[in-house]
Amino acid sequence: MTTLELKRMANSIRRDIVTMLVAAKSGHPGGSLSAADIVATLFFNEMRINPADPAWADRDRFVLSKGHAAPVLYAALAEKGFFPKEELQGLRKTGRMLQGHPDMKKTPGVDMSTGSLGQGLSAANGMALAGKLDGKDYRVYALLGDGEMAEGQVWEAAMAAAHYKLDNLTGILDYNGLQIDGKTDSVMCSDPLDKKWQAFGWHVIEVDGHDIEALLAAFAEAKEVKGKPTMIIAKTIKGKGVSFMEDQAGWHGNAPSVEQGQQALDELREEAANLG
Amino acid sequence: MADKQATREAYGKALLTLGAENPNVVVLDADLSKSTKTADFGKKYPERFFNMGIAESNLIGTAAGLAAAGKIPFASTFAIFAVGRAFEQIRNSVAYPKLNVKIAATHAGITVGEDGGSHQAVEDVAIMRAVPNMTVLVPADGEETRQAILAAAKYYGPVYIRMGRLDVPLLFGEDYHFEIGKANVLKEGTDAAIMANGVMVSLALEAAADLAEQGISVSVVNVASVKPLDEETIVQVAQKSKAVVTAEEHNIIGGLGSAVAELLAEKQPTPMVRVGIKDTFGESGKPAELLEKYGLTKESIIKAVQEVISKK
Repeated sequence: MTTLELKRMANSIRRDIVTMLVAAKSGHPGGSLSAADIVATLFFNEMRINPADPAWADRDRFVLSKGHAAPVLYAALAEKGFFPKEELQGLRKTGRMLQGHPDMKKTPGVDMSTGSLGQGLSAANGMALAGKLDGKDYRVYALLGDGEMAEGQVWEAAMAAAHYKLDNLTGILDYNGLQIDGKTDSVMCSDPLDKKWQAFGWHVIEVDGHDIEALLAAFAEAKEVKGKPTMIIAKTIKGKGVSFMEDQAGWHGNAPSVEQGQQALDELREEAANLG
Repeated sequence: MADKQATREAYGKALLTLGAENPNVVVLDADLSKSTKTADFGKKYPERFFNMGIAESNLIGTAAGLAAAGKIPFASTFAIFAVGRAFEQIRNSVAYPKLNVKIAATHAGITVGEDGGSHQAVEDVAIMRAVPNMTVLVPADGEETRQAILAAAKYYGPVYIRMGRLDVPLLFGEDYHFEIGKANVLKEGTDAAIMANGVMVSLALEAAADLAEQGISVSVVNVASVKPLDEETIVQVAQKSKAVVTAEEHNIIGGLGSAVAELLAEKQPTPMVRVGIKDTFGESGKPAELLEKYGLTKESIIKAVQEVISKK
């Protein structure tokens, strides 16, 4: 996809997120919207995946360690064709495939069940180790949140990924600065994250997480790094694209009402029109 | 054949067999490979051995990722650290997505000995039993451990295998047949039945021999597969003997005794006495002394059989 097409896709994903959360009447908009550009770039440009064969052994893997942002993943999977878009209306509903947090057993295209924070990077490490062991050239991508940096297991996994020289692994940190209880640096400050990841033996790239071209360049750079994993620290705005949600901790885990959803969709449609 | 072997020793040897048989078998440890006996696999198959350092959460999480990519990981550490430290990783990264991870936990129970109560898992079976999708195995000797490890590798899904530090008597030959979900009737009797697993099986057999001399005929059933439980065999044996004693090196809450009691209460109400650790932590000491102190002895089993018969 071209950069413009990726921007349009990110916009579509954002509209899907709003639509499905309004239908579900619960869920996590803030951290889903902040990651939309990252996820659009990964699923529509970067990753080698095949919607017709979700279990393809040579596919690139994606682990959504910040599993509460499931709507952004589901939107990308539906847009990509892993399942019909109508399924998005079933988010968080009894008997439907789209669970509140990603479930690899229920949803085609979900590579790892996640949601309990701190666990995703370890699983991504395991997939990357298996890829090396099998001599496969697939890459593994793990998307983490900045609030999640307080989980000790993240740093266990960070240490191990560098120890095992997992250069087929790229982490992306959706650095939106907010978590449930407020600003991340006031709840539990994890700064300086660039220095921390570097100190743990990772190649670190800092980008604007809403700049598609910068993200494309960062993913390309990560592929060239040998002997160590790469962490892309993507500075983002929580709730990005919906004016009243942007940079508001309160929109971490609350679904918009029908009216709020309408306003959000109007804004996103206007953005889409401006993209041309 | 040595007359005694620790189940962890048998585990280490079984891994070598698996290593040769199946290239997808990988082994992970958390800086305890000499104690858990995974080190020999590591020497022979270094590319398939991952020491994760003292980081059990990441140990289990990495095993989950390896399994998601088609490997058959055996993740090893002491029972207390696997089930204790990494419980939620086992629950959410392994059992919830039903990934093919084998948690091979050694140094379970009070027979850990001198390291003391902090290192003696007495609740691991209860915790693992309560997790959906989890299979829980407690083998009694070296041969059964060997077979349980091979069976776990063949079975697709999460398995918790509980092993010990202590040398225990070798009870079974190669003609023995272990199967996940099956209990083994080692001895037939009519007055009562002892259902045991792990280190308590050899003591149950000794107790049965002593009781026979007193004219009391007891069955001995080895219930290595705590989950799934062999409901058919257990109900049949209980029906026949009308009195059941369970014996395990585990808290009396939530382990084998509980599993059997839950089953019999619903399917075949039977007088029962449970031999186990009486809801307390262990302490430092020689394993034999601790077994004595915590009531995990042949004598305790004999007393329990006499007591349960009096309830008939």
